[in-house]
Amino acid sequence: MSTPNAPVADEKAAPRGNPFRSLNFSGRFWIALVLVVGVILLGLAGYVYPTGPGEKVASLYDPPGAGLPLGSDNFGHDVLAVLMAGTRTSLIIGLVAGIVATVIGVIVGLVAGYIGGWFEELLMGATNVVLAIPSIIVLILISISLPQSSIWSLAVVIGITSWPWTARAVRAQASSVATREHIDVARLSGARLPGILLRDVLPYILSYTVMAFVLQVAGAILAESALSMLGLGPSGANSLGIQLHWALAFQAVGGGAWWAFLPPTIVLTLVSFGFLLLQSSLDEVFNPRLRRGKRKQMKQAAARRAEEARLLAAQTARTAQDPTGALRGKELA
Amino acid sequence: MTLGRYIARKSGWYLVALVAAVSLNFLLPRLVPGNPVDVIVSNLARGGSVTGEQQKAIYEGFVAEFGLDAPLWQQFLTYLGKVFSGDLGTSFANYPASVNDLIGQALPWSIAVQLPAVLIGWIAGNLVGAIAAFRGGNWDRSVFTSALFLSAMPYYCLSILLLYGFAVVAGIFPVGGAYSLGLTPEFSVEFLWDAVSYYWLPFLSLVVVFIGGQAVGMRSMAIYELGGDYVNYARAMGIRDNKITQYIFRNAMLPQITGLALAIGTLVGGALITELVFSYPGVGTLLFNAITQNDYPVIQAVTLIITVAVLVANFLVEIAYGIIDPRIRAASAGEK
Repeated sequence: MSTPNAPVADEKAAPRGNPFRSLNFSGRFWIALVLVVGVILLGLAGYVYPTGPGEKVASLYDPPGAGLPLGSDNFGHDVLAVLMAGTRTSLIIGLVAGIVATVIGVIVGLVAGYIGGWFEELLMGATNVVLAIPSIIVLILISISLPQSSIWSLAVVIGITSWPWTARAVRAQASSVATREHIDVARLSGARLPGILLRDVLPYILSYTVMAFVLQVAGAILAESALSMLGLGPSGANSLGIQLHWALAFQAVGGGAWWAFLPPTIVLTLVSFGFLLLQSSLDEVFNPRLRRGKRKQMKQAAARRAEEARLLAAQTARTAQDPTGALRGKELA
Repeated sequence: MTLGRYIARKSGWYLVALVAAVSLNFLLPRLVPGNPVDVIVSNLARGGSVTGEQQKAIYEGFVAEFGLDAPLWQQFLTYLGKVFSGDLGTSFANYPASVNDLIGQALPWSIAVQLPAVLIGWIAGNLVGAIAAFRGGNWDRSVFTSALFLSAMPYYCLSILLLYGFAVVAGIFPVGGAYSLGLTPEFSVEFLWDAVSYYWLPFLSLVVVFIGGQAVGMRSMAIYELGGDYVNYARAMGIRDNKITQYIFRNAMLPQITGLALAIGTLVGGALITELVFSYPGVGTLLFNAITQNDYPVIQAVTLIITVAVLVANFLVEIAYGIIDPRIRAASAGEK
């Protein structure tokens, strides 16, 4: 081996497969991705589905049949159309609430973790107080106080009540990042506080932020459906929770009208499971300690190492015969 | 820091939380634009569930009860006084009935379902999670995926599936309610036997989801502990696996206690709707009926009781945590 670059070239030549392999996405991740994308597509499908969610096309609880793939609900609306509209609403609420909660939580957590001292005590004390009160109760109280609720106001309210989780997680990370040396460098070079927080602290906790956001979205979707089932949902809108609310109110379960309540139940479960699975598989990507070696990957890695060792041995043998390295260069090309 | 100071500190924070919760309970319904009583009474009139005579009585009763002409701080003191003397007011929808009676009828049903669900679910979930972490391999993968699925499932979704599957289709359990028509709640063998058959489904739907959540948490804690230096050291010292397992279990258990505090709040919130699905006559169904009837005193009483119950449960868990783990006391005093 004559050139110092050779080992790098060797590594590239080894059968590593695609670059995503190094991120170690597990099978779980792909299942989660399929679930989430599937639900999003279901929500978008409402735009091309011929029947609108408000059109009365049948009578009370008509079973699935021609033209009505999932039958009709208690109002005589097409269940599939309502399901698509409801999924879309639920996703929008989840997304908006998730963004609101994550932005507030990250700001509070960053500032508390970085500045520390009494400010941290105060913010974390407040966070703990808010965490101890069940958020569904606060949501119920706010909802009965609002004279009108649209999906946007509901989303913002859910976001405002659910940020403490994120703040707590971000604070723990931020306070450990704050003690690192590059922060001192940034401070010495005259960077201002927002700049340090944004450029020197935030990138280190970005992976946590993404995971917290995913959880917030799922949590918000469930919070909305819980509120809607209690009869406090957005007025004049379709959502998965509102669909379940009417199904329960009109005795769909006891009456055996499975097409009215099973689809929203299943979609809610899949949304929630999909997001949670996404979060946990991202967690394994970012946090190697949680990762369990896959037997197959271990075998592949062992085979790869053996192959590399063999190549190396062959090479040393060749370089011994061919000191100029000409042969080796040819082989690589 | 001594245990006493730890408890005092926690008590302080929980007192703040309690005051915040009671204030929210008091303030939020008063943020309704205009006079809240007007809004409430006009809502009642629109619902058509109340006669004119009742309306007038409610209006006067409400104004007198909350002293709406008095300044806000005075109203708050009146409210606090009533709450702490145990008077939760009078229901609008069931007019002469006091809220205390309504809550008194509903609360035992909720406690009967939720308390065993929390205790059994916590113990079973931790065992399952720990075993999954130690065994590894396929066992771990299947347990983890199913536990993740169950914990992701909203309580009420599992309730609906169980109700449809076991009660409507299979007919093993009765559909909804808490006891058969014609029976009255009493402590007799016949009544309890009957109530148990109604009890299974709501209980199962809470406990299964709870087990899932706890198992997921315990598994990751145990895996985290398995990689700890003390585990490697113990292995190198030739300590038997059973002994190491004990060490790991005890260490991984600690964060699970805090997990319990947070899970209780979620469970209680989820149980509200589970009761609704099974028309179980607990606090959740009471709350639902109160919301549909704009029965503000009942809504406020239910939210207050749930908040206080969750705060007390969390407080007890944190105190237990402080007693079990001396590091927590040291850490919160900054001695670590």
